[in-house]
Amino acid sequence: MYPGRFRYVSPRSIDEAIAVLTEAEGEGKVLAGGQSLIPLLKLRFASPGVLVDINNLPDLDYIRREDDGSFRIGALTRHATMERSASIARHQPTAAAAAPLVADPIVRNRGTLVGSVCHADPQGDWAAVMIAAGGSVVAQGPEGRRTIPVRDFVTGPFQNVLAYDEVAVEAVIPAPKGTVVGGFLKLERRVGDFATAGAAVTLELSGGKVSRAGIALTGVGAATIDAEDAANALLNRPLGAETIDRAATLAAEIANPKSDHRGSADYKRHVVHTFVRRILAGLTEQTERAA
Amino acid sequence: MTSLFEEIAEPAPDDVPVNRVSVTVNGKRRTADIEPRLLLAHFLRQGLKLTGTHTGCDTTNCGACTVLLDGKAVKSCTVLAVQADGRDVTTVEGMATGSELDPVQEGFKDEHALQCGFCTPGMMLSARALLNENPEPTEDEIRFALSGNLCRCTGYQNIVKAVLWAAAKENGQDPRQAVARYEAAQQGRAQQNGAHQ
Ligand SMILES: Cc1cc2nc3c(=O)[nH]c(=O)nc-3n(C[C@H](O)[C@H](O)[C@H](O)COP(=O)(O)OP(=O)(O)OC[C@H]3O[C@@H](n4cnc5c(N)ncnc54)[C@H](O)[C@@H]3O)c2cc1C
Ligand code: FES
Ligand code: FES
Repeated sequence: MYPGRFRYVSPRSIDEAIAVLTEAEGEGKVLAGGQSLIPLLKLRFASPGVLVDINNLPDLDYIRREDDGSFRIGALTRHATMERSASIARHQPTAAAAAPLVADPIVRNRGTLVGSVCHADPQGDWAAVMIAAGGSVVAQGPEGRRTIPVRDFVTGPFQNVLAYDEVAVEAVIPAPKGTVVGGFLKLERRVGDFATAGAAVTLELSGGKVSRAGIALTGVGAATIDAEDAANALLNRPLGAETIDRAATLAAEIANPKSDHRGSADYKRHVVHTFVRRILAGLTEQTERAA
Repeated sequence: MTSLFEEIAEPAPDDVPVNRVSVTVNGKRRTADIEPRLLLAHFLRQGLKLTGTHTGCDTTNCGACTVLLDGKAVKSCTVLAVQADGRDVTTVEGMATGSELDPVQEGFKDEHALQCGFCTPGMMLSARALLNENPEPTEDEIRFALSGNLCRCTGYQNIVKAVLWAAAKENGQDPRQAVARYEAAQQGRAQQNGAHQ
């Protein structure tokens, strides 16, 4: 399977990348890790006129923890770098839990977090992690930069809000106000597979209570689902059996899975309930310690 | 100048842009004019006749096409050959030094880790990448590191042993003993499981 013909450009700066995309007037596509785009090119599901490869912009390869505790993750930061980051392991438990579950180790050497969010696969993992953590994408175009919360960035299956002349330059995870706890669970049929159902939960705790909550679901809808109501059910409360069950029930209700070869809709909904409950139960202990 | 792509597919019309690439493959610099849509796997196999890199699925799933790109394991069916410009590629043909096999290759030989052999080059390169990063991996770490490489013979048992073998050899230990220890531990586990039944 050969991709269709395209022109290949490997810019040496973001500005140059944007200029090429602008000139291509919608015929251009950014190539990051290529772990979703190249398979699509081979299947001829995508046939852009110009590929703008950002792999020669090493300045975009970073995981930075700012003084305020926020994280900035460059557009060339691979899944494997997330997986091995001691700083992420220490300060962003949801991302740390998800990183080793994204695809397989070889794909993780190439694929990028930002590329995954841009790709907006309804079964992708990073968009769910970012939504749970309240994260954003920073896009750069001819007019400068803008920051878009991931919950608004992903608009549907394989759709995002980027204009054709914009490059997503980094993802941002905001600084937590209290202690951060979180978890990620995903059901896969075999190693490296997409989620049959998955849940990401990030909580911030102060004084033994939940001061911020994010719950997002993957694999169970036409796009990543922001389970806002489920998260709100946790706010300003300590984590207890009743609160946990309420959140899990609300998450399962907003899940909108389809029956397919991976399982029936009912089954997937049940998995969502179980995962959200299981993550929260695991976090209870951490909450108690933080109190 | 003929494009490398012409040799292996429909000829490129005159107005199709070709890119000149210079890739160091197994220590040797190779320069070619190629169409950017040429995949690294095809560049290696058809272009350079390095057919040890196999394409099993062509859909990024099986890992048979795994090579090292600047030392990192990548699936060469999902990297464009142009992206290797100025970079280093190691294929299975580049693992041995002269007639001396890489310890990973020796381990595969010694532990009978190749069955049909199709997945083997990719397995060996993933194992090489693992040992470069983690010289003393546990069984679990080996299984985790090889989880992007599918073996349809499902004979992972010997593959795990082969990697343990190679690690021991590189650490100056007796590889046979390392494998024997692993086998004994496994047997112990099996007996324990049996006792519970
Ligand atoms: C075998 C296999 C298993 C997989 N399993 C999983 C899994 O379990 N979970 C999961 O989440 N994903 C999985 N994936 C998908 C894949 O890992 C991610 O979708 C992928 O890594 C996306 O990142 P990338 O850098 O490779 O993006 P690319 O493939 O390069 O690009 C994807 C899309 O995003 C756009 N894009 C990328 N970067 C930018 C940018 N900086 N600015 C603007 N647009 C951009 C591209 O134009 C393209 O449309 C799997 C893939 C494979 C091949
Ligand atoms: S041929 Fe490349 S992963 Fe299967
Ligand atoms: S040895 Fe045959 S597929 Fe692995």
